Amino acid sequence: MDCSAAARLNGSRKPLLLLAALVAALPLALPNNYTYEIAILVGLNAIACVGLNLLIGYAGQISLGHAGFFGLGAYGSAILAARYGWPALASMPAAVVGVGVLAWAIGRPILRLKGHALAMATLGFGIIVAIVLATEDRLTGGPDGMAVPPLAAFVSGEKAWYWIVAAALIAAVALAQNLIDSPRGRALRALHGSEVAAAALGIDAPRHKLSVFVISALFAAAAGALSAHYAGFITPGKASFLHSIELVTMVVFGGMASTLGAVAGAAVLTTLPHLLTVFKDYEMVLLGAVMMLTMIFMPRGLVPTLEGVLAAARGKPR
Amino acid sequence: MLLRAENLGKHFGGVSALQGVDLAFAQGAVHAVIGPNGAGKTTLLNLLSGVYRPDTGAIFLEARNLAGSAPHQFAAAGIGRTFQNLQVFFNMSALENVMTGRWRLERAGLAATLARAPSLARAERACRAAAERLLEEVGLARWADARADSLPYGALKRLEIARALAAEPCLLLLDEPAAGLNPSETREIDELIRRIAARGTTVVLVEHNMKLVMGVAGHVVVLDYGRKLADGEPRAVSQDPRVIEAYLGSEACST
Amino acid sequence: MLTQYILSGITTGAIYALVALGFALIYNASHVINFAQGEFVMIGGMASAAFFDAGLPLPAAIVCSIGAATLVGLLLEKLAVEPAREASVVTLIIITIGASILLRGLATLVWDKKIHRVPAFSGEAPLQLGGATLLPQVLWVLGVSAAAVALLAWFFRRTLTGKAILAVSHNRMAARLMGISVRRVLAVSFALSAALGALAGVLIAPIAFTSWDVGVMLGLKGFAAAILGGLGSGAGAVLGGLALGLAEALGAGYLSSAYKDVFAFLIIIAALVFLPHGLLGRRAAERV
Repeated sequence: MDCSAAARLNGSRKPLLLLAALVAALPLALPNNYTYEIAILVGLNAIACVGLNLLIGYAGQISLGHAGFFGLGAYGSAILAARYGWPALASMPAAVVGVGVLAWAIGRPILRLKGHALAMATLGFGIIVAIVLATEDRLTGGPDGMAVPPLAAFVSGEKAWYWIVAAALIAAVALAQNLIDSPRGRALRALHGSEVAAAALGIDAPRHKLSVFVISALFAAAAGALSAHYAGFITPGKASFLHSIELVTMVVFGGMASTLGAVAGAAVLTTLPHLLTVFKDYEMVLLGAVMMLTMIFMPRGLVPTLEGVLAAARGKPR
Repeated sequence: MLLRAENLGKHFGGVSALQGVDLAFAQGAVHAVIGPNGAGKTTLLNLLSGVYRPDTGAIFLEARNLAGSAPHQFAAAGIGRTFQNLQVFFNMSALENVMTGRWRLERAGLAATLARAPSLARAERACRAAAERLLEEVGLARWADARADSLPYGALKRLEIARALAAEPCLLLLDEPAAGLNPSETREIDELIRRIAARGTTVVLVEHNMKLVMGVAGHVVVLDYGRKLADGEPRAVSQDPRVIEAYLGSEACST
Repeated sequence: MLTQYILSGITTGAIYALVALGFALIYNASHVINFAQGEFVMIGGMASAAFFDAGLPLPAAIVCSIGAATLVGLLLEKLAVEPAREASVVTLIIITIGASILLRGLATLVWDKKIHRVPAFSGEAPLQLGGATLLPQVLWVLGVSAAAVALLAWFFRRTLTGKAILAVSHNRMAARLMGISVRRVLAVSFALSAALGALAGVLIAPIAFTSWDVGVMLGLKGFAAAILGGLGSGAGAVLGGLALGLAEALGAGYLSSAYKDVFAFLIIIAALVFLPHGLLGRRAAERV
């Protein structure tokens, strides 16, 4: 298989420019506030997925508890703003940094684990966060959630939030691509390929795994904080195991080791349940069926499969 | 002496893989470590590259004792290696494999990476050029952009060597580089090792292929059951009765 | 009080053990983590409730519901796992997660979203045992689970099919070369796992009730127990299940019942950090 096409695509600014063009043009196709809302939700999930993709797709690790970071970012900012009166523009970065520190602290012991043990440890982390958020109701409002102050007095309405989330997503994709197209990005992929060989080349595996874990947690926390102030409300469900699984599914469905894939996966799997609500009772059955069928027939994910189809259409040998 | 090991020992559970081994490898030469299966050769390489921690003994690279350090610290000190069971990065192209090899010389900080600093682009171009030269040298130039998992076995063995060389190591450990290769591929490896040594890189070779070893090595160490059996010039070692006994059994000696 | 907690702990532990065994079985045969395992538990409970409410005597309802779950397990293997044989582990995980969502959706359509009761096997009158009160159903749970584990152990050691499954779990290629049909082994493993899960669901339904989403947490805890015990080890699954159940019960009793799950998961994470291959897991050395 010819790597240079994929390399050229990933190595250039093309993904970023493509995304920027799409994001700029999309409002022309959005007829009402509801569609703007879906677009915003897609963007927020996409930010979290781009970060998770660095961990799962590039570094070859696994996290089944990433919604925990999302929820902590959301609640962190919400609590600082609602209970301590911090302005949102201060509470959000503070919450994100706080989550980063937590990710660093728990990452050090658990990243020594591999495969299913790591999956279990991250799973446990996510569940612990969800339970704590639901139980400490004096602070968090309990299972029913809590109200979150808006971002700023002048920021309201779907359209304003669309541009905020769009800017954040483009920044997230730019940062992720910068990491991937660099020696450090190769070091991450090397860890995925063969950890012992990477170490033999001087790559400090524990340090790099920890740094990508923290970076992916920061992305998830940022998405969470933004979503809290956007919705004006936050519930512990945002940190649930189900949400963690949704995020992983989006990354895998979109195509691992592909930043655009992570965005595409978020787009499809965020929009799909909304499309399916017309089917009401059949929603879960259809969602499950779609997940199964797409993974059976497109095992590498949406974007790599599409890239393959395009390459074949152009007559390149595969 | 570039590398000295003193009283090196490693056991796994009840089995002693290596015991009381003293070694000295001079700079700029090609050294070989031979011995029957199970003698402890790969264990030795794993100790010398930090993959295993020694239970006893010290490993001196020049004056520095590396025993107990993490494998990436061995690499940072200038020790490179290849693996008996290929550890190629199959998720990358051949060129990217070799470019990764230059990590020790061209790493960049996180901030510069995230900000896509212009200096990084320049460094990447230089890295790519160096990697292309290395692929040329091992005869893999036409596979540069091919995904590593599409290369034939012989090419992969050479790719691992190119990747290890990319780090410009002062000491290169080769674990059975000719394993599974046919005679003409083995000759290519032989020439490659000579070229590497001619450039001043010290090579330590673990091999079963006696013809390759006797032809290319100036110093041979023989291991048997985890202990050093013989140590010296190829001719002398090959005529050592203890060595002959270890390889061919005591019957061969009595005739 | 301690006796009460321990009793409660090994009761839930026995259920976790059965679910964990299901995970271990399927993982051994196919290296897939079947995230739909919890749904077999749900099917066991819900189907037995439905069959019983429809008029079947309880023993028949139980047998039929286990049969139904076994059928679902076979279908899952045939329709979802086999077509994706060559896919990566993560892809297969997503497929089984999709399957679990699908099964839950089907459960709400075939049955409903209400909580259902199943009568206890031999009456509801609590018994007294050395200072602790227990429901007769608890004895059923412990007894039947123990019997199931013993039967499985005999099956793996004494029958040809059982040994074939073990062979495939150790080395698939070698097993194939010995004439073992890997397809059949996979089918049997899924069927057996489903039956085990359904059995767990049937046993626990009289105590904990059953509903369409009861499989989610049970599946998760079963998975946790399997990992704790050392994924791939049957004895480990049982040990992990019992350990998890006990940790939960003691945590709920002595610390806080709201945080019993937190306590349980913290113990699992700590155990994994110190014993990365689980309590009884095989330490596989990577040959370089």
